[in-house]
Amino acid sequence: MRHTISVLVTNEFGVLSRIAGLFSGRGFNIESLCVAETSDELVSRMTIVTSGDDRIIEQITKQLNKLINVIKVHDLTGEEYINRELALIKVNSTAETRAEILGIVDIFRAKVVDVSPRTYTVEITGDEEKIRAITELLKPFGVKEIAKTGRIAMARSLKVK
Amino acid sequence: MKKTGAEIFLESLIKEGVDTIFGYPGGVVLPIYDALYKSPLRHILVRHEQGAVHMADGYARATGRPGVVLVTSGPGATNTVTGIATAYMDSVPVVVFTGQVPTTLIGNDAFQEADIVGITRPCTKHNFLVKDINDLTRIIKEAFYIATTGRPGPVLVDLPKDVLSAEAEFAYPEGVNIPGYQPTYKGHAGQITRAMELILTSKRPVIYAGGGVVSSNAAVELTQLARKLDIPVTTTLMGLGGFPGTDPLFMGMLGMHGTYAANMAVTNTDCLIAVGARFDDRVAGNIDEFAPYAKIIHIDIDPTSISKNVAVDIPIVGDVKSVLREFLKLPRAATGLKAFKKGVTDWHGQISEWRRTHTLTVKQDMKGRIKPQYVIERIYKITGGDAVISTEVGQNQMWTSQFFRFASPRTLLTSGGLGTMGYGFPAAIGAQVAFPDKTVIDIAGDGSIQMNIQEMATAVQEKLPVKVAILNNRFLGMVRQWQEFFYDKRYSYTCIGNRPDFVKLAEAYGAVGLRATKPSEVDGVIKKALKVKDRPVLMDFVVDAAENVYPMVPSGQPLSKMLLV
Repeated sequence: MRHTISVLVTNEFGVLSRIAGLFSGRGFNIESLCVAETSDELVSRMTIVTSGDDRIIEQITKQLNKLINVIKVHDLTGEEYINRELALIKVNSTAETRAEILGIVDIFRAKVVDVSPRTYTVEITGDEEKIRAITELLKPFGVKEIAKTGRIAMARSLKVK
Repeated sequence: MKKTGAEIFLESLIKEGVDTIFGYPGGVVLPIYDALYKSPLRHILVRHEQGAVHMADGYARATGRPGVVLVTSGPGATNTVTGIATAYMDSVPVVVFTGQVPTTLIGNDAFQEADIVGITRPCTKHNFLVKDINDLTRIIKEAFYIATTGRPGPVLVDLPKDVLSAEAEFAYPEGVNIPGYQPTYKGHAGQITRAMELILTSKRPVIYAGGGVVSSNAAVELTQLARKLDIPVTTTLMGLGGFPGTDPLFMGMLGMHGTYAANMAVTNTDCLIAVGARFDDRVAGNIDEFAPYAKIIHIDIDPTSISKNVAVDIPIVGDVKSVLREFLKLPRAATGLKAFKKGVTDWHGQISEWRRTHTLTVKQDMKGRIKPQYVIERIYKITGGDAVISTEVGQNQMWTSQFFRFASPRTLLTSGGLGTMGYGFPAAIGAQVAFPDKTVIDIAGDGSIQMNIQEMATAVQEKLPVKVAILNNRFLGMVRQWQEFFYDKRYSYTCIGNRPDFVKLAEAYGAVGLRATKPSEVDGVIKKALKVKDRPVLMDFVVDAAENVYPMVPSGQPLSKMLLV
């Protein structure tokens, strides 16, 4: 099963390679990893998407906790959390297709952030499903390039069941 | 007054209570060696950096205090890796200081540059690169703190040359502040009560103790608990000495070369109490069939050890010593201790029966070849067990674990996790440095001893009376044994017959060399060796090459499927 794990780490050199090394050395799988500074410049947040059975996920969280640079590990899976990814999609556009592409962009509440005579570059944020959906819809026009972030996530404060 | 980084480094070691450094000089650590020239710290000059780490490791295992290593950058640093990995696998507190090229040259492929922090990341508990002299004392403090607390382990600190030459005021920090590192020492009270209740309702309990008992200095507590509850005890290789080897409750080691009684007891127990052990594959055999009837209680300071290999019923995260003390308080309050003891009598009877039918014995024909087990048995008898014993890896190691009865903790130094050939001799040197008056003996094979034989020069220079007993069978014996059992006796590259003459070799180094080729000569050689007090002694016991280690659980089999003699 897939898990989204949010990890607070000290913001210093070498920490990313400790985390990456832990996953590769123990044969755990990383589907995506995002890292950036938090509001505290001494602390970074890593959002790791990984998969495995309960035993493996338990080992992953314990092994992460064991690293000296790891301050807090929070497996968000199974609780309410917000998750987002961002993608930049460069798609072919012609006089005939421009309106249709803009229509799709509008429906998805995406944005066109760069224009050239033959292309549009679309910026979209959302969960994985939404990004996959717009990508599929843009494909027929000819997608030239895609750049995607991994997932970032945060637990919801108000938990409504 | 300002001091250089090198001076601050040495002052910091003194603040940490360090008395001895195992090291080897080189270009970038020259500032430290220059400061060492007038320092009260003792420096043991090794002949290879791997030896330095094993010595520091042996020193740490024998004393319980951290071992300290100082080497130069590049090859000096990379040579420490096997030693560090050895210490890591066996949770030994060693602090390794490596020189590094100046910060301005890092990443430039400078002369003798190696990214040792990157290289040792997976085999240290933690490691540091000091980029600023103002971080130096804090990092040294943290390095010792991390190495010695929680589940102990090696820590490496990389020291660029310009940091060592820079100047700063010396102020050693009082404490540490590491938000991501807070080991749990105290066990969960509810879990401890539940565990005690489980034990008292069991009929066939077994204590399975590991290296955690030794590293947490909990041998006394474990012994008290086992005796109080009358529970039979088996230990892992790392746990030997953590429970008295002569105690009637002791069943011997379990696992691949464990005793029949210990392996049968673990297979049939209904309540397995794992104390500071990690269910390693050499212990558990086929993991799916390990302790199949047991509810398992697992006490360990490292949460990652729990439910890693085996699902556990009652996990208790905490320091073994502290948790066992809580256990010791409980039986008084708990009712049913009497009924429990009565209920386990049949179990004790069964274990005695297993013991009686399958005792580990040495069959020495005094007119035949020397049996390697006989040598160990004689060393045990002649020293009265009063010795620190190190081993190499392979048959010598397993026979030592079977035939030397370790009475107290920190008397066996052996590479259990990594299985490092060449560990035993430098480890013995490290222990001898710590305890100059104790008898320290490395029980070696003719293969392993050649892996770090260069340290003989170190022992001679330091006038250390460390003893080496080579069980010389002209083979890489354990591999040969596997080839005999599992590869149709195709002895592919395990014969090392054209070995050196070990007696002459010892003499060439300025040590004493002795040889026994007949069983009747064994006692004489051991006694003669024990009399030597001012230099190392190498004893060459020419033993029967055909001997195998029994019992043996073939890899991947359940513990009950032992090959017996």
